[in-house]
Amino acid sequence: MALVVFLIAIGAAALSENMIPPSHIQTIDPTKVAQTPPFDRPGLRQTGQRQYEAYLLAHIFAFTPPHITIPVGSKVTFYTTSPDVVHGFFITNTAVNMMVVPGWVSSATHVFRRAGTYLLLCNGYCGSGHHYMYGTIEVKG
Amino acid sequence: MEAHVRRENRLVLAHLYVATLALMLGAVFGLLQSLSRARWVSMPSSFDYYRMLTAHGVLMAIVFTTFFIVGLATLLTYRAIPRDRSLALGWSAFWLMTLGTLAAAATILSGNASVLYTFYAPLKAHPAFYLGTTVLVVGTWLVLIDILANAVWFWRTQPGRRLPLVVHGSACTFVMWFIATIGVAIEMLFFLIPWSLGWTPTVNVMMTRMLFWYFGHPLVYFWIMGAYLIWYNIIPLHYGGKIFSDALTRVAFLLLLILSTPVGIHHQFLEPGIAAGWKWLHTMNTYGVVVPSIMTAFVIFASFEMAAQRKGVKGFWATIRSLPWTNPAFTGPALGMILFIFGGFGGIVNASYSMDAIVHNTMWIVGHFHITVGGPVALTFVGTAYWLIPRLTGRRLFAPKLALAQTYTWFVGMAIMSTAMHWAGLLGSPRRTDDVTYFGVQAAAAWMPHMRAAAIGGSLLFLSILMFAAVAFGTLFTARDETQVIEVAQVEEHAALTPAYLDRIGTWATVAVVLAVLAYVGPMHELLEAHVYGAPGMRTW
Repeated sequence: MALVVFLIAIGAAALSENMIPPSHIQTIDPTKVAQTPPFDRPGLRQTGQRQYEAYLLAHIFAFTPPHITIPVGSKVTFYTTSPDVVHGFFITNTAVNMMVVPGWVSSATHVFRRAGTYLLLCNGYCGSGHHYMYGTIEVKG
Repeated sequence: MEAHVRRENRLVLAHLYVATLALMLGAVFGLLQSLSRARWVSMPSSFDYYRMLTAHGVLMAIVFTTFFIVGLATLLTYRAIPRDRSLALGWSAFWLMTLGTLAAAATILSGNASVLYTFYAPLKAHPAFYLGTTVLVVGTWLVLIDILANAVWFWRTQPGRRLPLVVHGSACTFVMWFIATIGVAIEMLFFLIPWSLGWTPTVNVMMTRMLFWYFGHPLVYFWIMGAYLIWYNIIPLHYGGKIFSDALTRVAFLLLLILSTPVGIHHQFLEPGIAAGWKWLHTMNTYGVVVPSIMTAFVIFASFEMAAQRKGVKGFWATIRSLPWTNPAFTGPALGMILFIFGGFGGIVNASYSMDAIVHNTMWIVGHFHITVGGPVALTFVGTAYWLIPRLTGRRLFAPKLALAQTYTWFVGMAIMSTAMHWAGLLGSPRRTDDVTYFGVQAAAAWMPHMRAAAIGGSLLFLSILMFAAVAFGTLFTARDETQVIEVAQVEEHAALTPAYLDRIGTWATVAVVLAVLAYVGPMHELLEAHVYGAPGMRTW
């Protein structure tokens, strides 16, 4: 009985407050990523007051572009995909943590409330240069 | 020893020693990895970090565990149902598993399969890697047939008698394993093998990942069920205890049988292409499969307490002190149980998808599975080897004090290493990454003290495995002693009677299949319906 209550409580809590794991459902031809908008011109687009969309390509063994700069308090929605193998897309000290799967677009949103340099790294093994695959997100105060 | 028992023992010993060899080789790579991440050694490009990481994962997580569990379940089944039997099926399983392991290991060590033990497409390994691991898995299916054949023989020849508890547990373990390995078999036969041979140009990446995790999480419960077979049926012997309840033990194994599979998507919380609703469903099921483990924890402590009370011991600390802390066959599993308390806490964190987003693919996860499969599971197997090997060889245990010290060394080494890994993970340090200095980026500097602590823990673990190997091989040359017997614990007299429906393994297996289908038919259907682009794949190492 207590177990049932426990499961219902957890289940309801998991559904509340918009706690949803990144589950973007959008496909893309991995062999034509470089020709497919918007990934043909990866980078940062401003969509409003302190609102951005960042299209970052994850490929062996780098992120393109590797560095982006935003003002503090910015809300950024990241979109990423891979033209080759599976990568990870993880910004340390945030909950932006996605698998990047060739054939699919992954997406997550984060509000950068603190200034500083955030490390973006690949946390899904992708080959012999996996540990060189990183970038930075400069949040200016 | 009777001749047929001696022949059976040889089969079981073959499995235990392959497991030991896998553990030893895996330990060498484990040591080098921990030193490499601390930047105390640097692996040459001719034998790089990812090659040995693949070898470490496959040898420890698949080969060591599977051979040990097969040896254990075979032994328990044969002893519980004594008869003069053909060992043809048992030896066929052993040789298929060994050949598959050798093929996969040779491919990895030659550098042609640096795809890690999860072999995520479209990283494309040499076909011998996929074929070898498939043969290893098919070998284990023969073990299931062997266990079921013995159970059927028992039901036929002794109608009305209850299936022995250890055979029930072994059968549940291997039926669960069979249902789970169907996923990886489909992944191999229909996706990876034809693609690696060049017969199909591309592969459906998300489908292979879902099939892998359909297998990958129940794999964890396969290890745990192996350990639980020992915790319920053998450990009480060491402290003069009994099995708390026959019925409850069967319920625990049946719950693991039916709930282990429909949970795999909790490994895929952060992936595209899977709707959030499926992720939620698998989260709920994951909390369900916690139940048999919590039950087990209570039952074990109850069994400790009842044994102590029979000896007139009262109170918590007095009960703990009354346990045989100088018997390595007890200290191995018992120290593993202590580690499992923390492993369980961490598992609950990982299953909660909002928290998983912070720790996914960080060193936290590595810390978690080292304190689970590398803690309770491995320590239970290693400790139980000290009880099994002398009884199977008919010889005295070599250097019992070294064996005892080995279990404590492992416990301390694992506590240090796993704590450091968890901590580094919370700070963002990624798993499966050779050099985590990122050219001196400031955020990465904070991880290094923890990487060095992990290397110290890793070195202690390596030392511990050397000590284990010395005892395991030393016991082949000690004085003969055939007075030691293999038996299993008795059930408490006051335990309730076992309802007959708990023995209908076929019915429960059907429930397990139905639950697995219900959990996966939706997300898999969506992956097949969507206009999915295949990936050609490549070798990036």
